[in-house]
Amino acid sequence: MSASRRPSLIASGLAQVGACGIFLLQILRALPRSLRYLRETVRQIFFVGAMSLTIIMICGLFVGMVLGLQLYHTLSIFGGTAALGTVVALSLYRELGPVVTALLFAGRAGTSITAEIGLMRATDQLDAMEMMAVDPLAYVVAPRFLAGVIAMPLLACVFNALGIFGAHLVGVNWLGLDSGTFWSNMTSSVDVWSDVMNGVWKSAVFGAVCTLIATFQGYTTPPTSEGVAYATTRTVVFSSIATLAIDFVMTAFLM
Amino acid sequence: MAQRQSFQIGTGLFILLGFAALAYLATQTTSLANYRQGASYDIVARFTNIGQLKLRAPVKVAGVRVGSVDAIALEPDKLDAKVTLSIDDSYKIPDDSAAAIFTSGLLGDQYVALQPGGSPDNFKNGDEVVLTQSSMQLEELIGKYLVGGDAGKAGDKSKDAAAAASGDKKE
Repeated sequence: MSASRRPSLIASGLAQVGACGIFLLQILRALPRSLRYLRETVRQIFFVGAMSLTIIMICGLFVGMVLGLQLYHTLSIFGGTAALGTVVALSLYRELGPVVTALLFAGRAGTSITAEIGLMRATDQLDAMEMMAVDPLAYVVAPRFLAGVIAMPLLACVFNALGIFGAHLVGVNWLGLDSGTFWSNMTSSVDVWSDVMNGVWKSAVFGAVCTLIATFQGYTTPPTSEGVAYATTRTVVFSSIATLAIDFVMTAFLM
Repeated sequence: MAQRQSFQIGTGLFILLGFAALAYLATQTTSLANYRQGASYDIVARFTNIGQLKLRAPVKVAGVRVGSVDAIALEPDKLDAKVTLSIDDSYKIPDDSAAAIFTSGLLGDQYVALQPGGSPDNFKNGDEVVLTQSSMQLEELIGKYLVGGDAGKAGDKSKDAAAAASGDKKE
């Protein structure tokens, strides 16, 4: 029993990845049709983006403050506290901003997307839409996907801005670093395209991946309350793993 | 209907805030913040070694930023580095000024410092800085110290160093 279980697990895992890939193609094919439901997309940007602002802003502030404290301590060992602004900005723009935003997004917005679509599946609303000749991929899934791709980079930018503010608060206002040194070191070593926009591309990809996983899990959930619960959990787990793995691959290629 | 309107307003505000944050990051925290849009003129300086000087590094007079490094190229026949400095038009710099590559702080970036001369004439577009001082290389300084003036002295020094090292070991 246990010997035959292992290959079937791998096979079903592969089948899931394959089904997810096909689902992505279906979403992309439904995207032009979903432009008819632009209002729905706007509503989804509000739900996944604007409603996530509070958690993103608070977390960005604290991540920046912690970075300021930790890096100030570490840099003071080498007598290089002047580089605090540079190090905080580079680590936020290139890694922490996009990745932490994606993890928070998966927990805040991904779960609600999965639960919503999963309940639509469980209560046969998706089948009802098909009966009314409304394509659920174009009306339900594609607007959420589009909203995720649009909202994630904007959220990451807000996260980064608050992070810089937090690091400035700790480094300059509390620990007494010179404000001019903080900014001038940052502005002389941070580049728009290779650092700021690099993070924006990354977070757009993370937005696509997180919403793809969330909508896929919701769309294919077993139509039971237990099934929806498992699908929601899997959304967070798979989104986090995919975000961190893709982050490594993208960093290796974009460096 | 009113509810739908509020979604749209909220989404609009969110997108505005996101782009405002992006614009802030791109213009205030990156090298774009040092970018001067005003007119500028170019002068050329040749260095035997530019160290870690990068494009867009600041050019300073008395510690005040007056321009930036516009281009770095290797002169094929002389095999020295030709650095083009873009200086803001509002700064007039005497044409016998000297250029040197310094490092800001211990771990900071390198910049070009112009030491003003006393000539009544100023640099014009395309002029060359005659007096230049290359960037300090830590390895060269250490090498100079270790080898010292003549060979005999160097031998003494290395012997001293060896003795000191063995002495340390005994203790």
